Amino acid sequence: MDPVISIRGLGKRYAGGHEALKNVDLDIERGEIFALLGPNGAGKTTLISIVCGIVTPSEGTVTAAGHDIVADYRAARTKIGLVPQELHTDAFEPVWSTVSFSRGLFGKPPNPAHIERVLKDLSLWDKRKSKIKELSGGMKRRVMIAKALAHEPEILFLDEPTAGVDVELRRDMWELVRKLRESGVTIILTTHYIEEAEEMADRIGVIRKGELILVEEKHALMEKLGKKQLTLALSEPMDAVPDALAEWQLDLRSGGNELVYTFDANAERNGIPSLLRRMSDLGIGFKDLATHQSSLEDIFVSLVSEGSAA
Amino acid sequence: MTVGRFNRHGVWAIYAFEMHRFFRTIWTGLATPVITTSLYFVVFGSAIGSRMNTSDLGVPYGSFIVPGLMMLSLFNECIFNASFGIHMPRFTGTIYEPLSAPLSPFEIVLGYVGAAATKAMAVSLVILLTANLFVEVQILHPFWMVAFLVLIAATFCLFGFIVGIWAKGFEQLQIIPMLVVTPLTFLGGAFYSIHMLPEPFKTATLFNPIVYLISGFRWTFYGKGDVSVGISLAMTGLFLLVCLGVIWWIFRTGYRLKS
Ligand SMILES: Nc1ncnc2c1ncn2[C@@H]1O[C@H](COP(=O)(O)OP(=O)(O)O)[C@@H](O)[C@H]1O
Ligand SMILES: [Mg+2]
Repeated sequence: MDPVISIRGLGKRYAGGHEALKNVDLDIERGEIFALLGPNGAGKTTLISIVCGIVTPSEGTVTAAGHDIVADYRAARTKIGLVPQELHTDAFEPVWSTVSFSRGLFGKPPNPAHIERVLKDLSLWDKRKSKIKELSGGMKRRVMIAKALAHEPEILFLDEPTAGVDVELRRDMWELVRKLRESGVTIILTTHYIEEAEEMADRIGVIRKGELILVEEKHALMEKLGKKQLTLALSEPMDAVPDALAEWQLDLRSGGNELVYTFDANAERNGIPSLLRRMSDLGIGFKDLATHQSSLEDIFVSLVSEGSAA
Repeated sequence: MTVGRFNRHGVWAIYAFEMHRFFRTIWTGLATPVITTSLYFVVFGSAIGSRMNTSDLGVPYGSFIVPGLMMLSLFNECIFNASFGIHMPRFTGTIYEPLSAPLSPFEIVLGYVGAAATKAMAVSLVILLTANLFVEVQILHPFWMVAFLVLIAATFCLFGFIVGIWAKGFEQLQIIPMLVVTPLTFLGGAFYSIHMLPEPFKTATLFNPIVYLISGFRWTFYGKGDVSVGISLAMTGLFLLVCLGVIWWIFRTGYRLKS
């Protein structure tokens, strides 16, 4: 199936000269929950804002539901709903009007039954006549979500949906996200918490300093995360890994000079002693050995530290 | 490029939102022009008007100033409503929504400017009705009166829209109407015929664009203006085009709307 969003060579340089996005390629599959993970200032909001038409890209193209977001912006934007990172609301508007307003803006005829459903799903029904300024921060965020869903979008962007949100809203929100996904809506959310991406997403993209440095299935990613590597610098280079070492699934690198063993750092038995024993039985010598975390782990460690420093 | 159909629900949403904002303050919105108009008649119409030589005007002074009063309020209402209408969402950040909606720049402008013009014209008509209580008002060319009213309202609302996008804060919204438009209106023959002025002021006044608007509008009432009605119409059309051009450029470049 064609991706629901297809991003090619996307770049953004802001007026001040800051390069917020660099040559981003990304495909989002229809119906998935995709988490864009990265520290503050990585370019998550910029990426979302370009797809939604709020920021003009410097380079590259984006299609949403098969429509180019510039040339065919009407068709593209009709399919997209956006919950921005900041709480931007019209203080004096009642909840019901502001949500109906959003539906109209996106070109849909009034549908009170749909608005009612959205408000009830977000526990806003009792507040439908309240002015937005009378609501708490959490309630305002619910209103923002209701506005984004008013026109029945096929693609929903949630920019840092849980920033400053209480536990209850967080739970309701994830429940809603799952429900939306079941109804076929594609969801793209941004976060700077690994746990959040892990909890919700089918796939995760990691963005840092404007570059999309990796995109992975969540399960594959989490598996890699727990991994460490043992590198053995061999005394004599070899052409192939001996069959007798097959069970450790070793990689031969550096022109046969290094053997690399990837193991689960959290497992009780990591297989290193038995590997070394077998090697000495076979008479394979090594000059040096080192273990290190997989490069992904490095990425995450720096991600988290940058994220908390910001 | 398949831009698709006109988004009438979207335009209506903006228009209705803006009108709803006006209705929240409808009583002050309407009482103010009624009171100020009445004051103008008391002060200008009776106190000063009775001492003026009105032989040039062809109508009593009180009747003479009605089109000018309507224009003065139209200019201010247009600029205030249209600039506030677009500045507010920029200020609160809610502008993200129309910008991310399937709306063309034309539709966004139509919603905001249409609502601002509707309100400004309504206030002008209230002034006309109030004036009618004090003095005799004639409208010789009703079709052209409406045409001028709509054209000038559209032009000044577009101008207000530009001010609302240009302004960096609410104080700046007030600057243009206070420092430019109101003085030009007072000096532009709202309360006198420029023929009453001695030279060189008479010629200098012809560089004031507002003169042409007021003159044309007054012609639709009493069949007599300071300049010919053709020139007035052409100048009105020219201002409209200039404003449209600037707005086209704003959306083209994203000036203060998109980064
Ligand atoms: N309107 C703007 N003008 C100039 N620089 C901006 C603008 N918006 C964002 N930036 C910069 O671009 C970078 C990416 O920002 P953003 O996309 O908001 O990151 P994130 O959402 O991942 O925190 C940051 O360095 C930020 O300062
Ligand atoms: Mg952000």
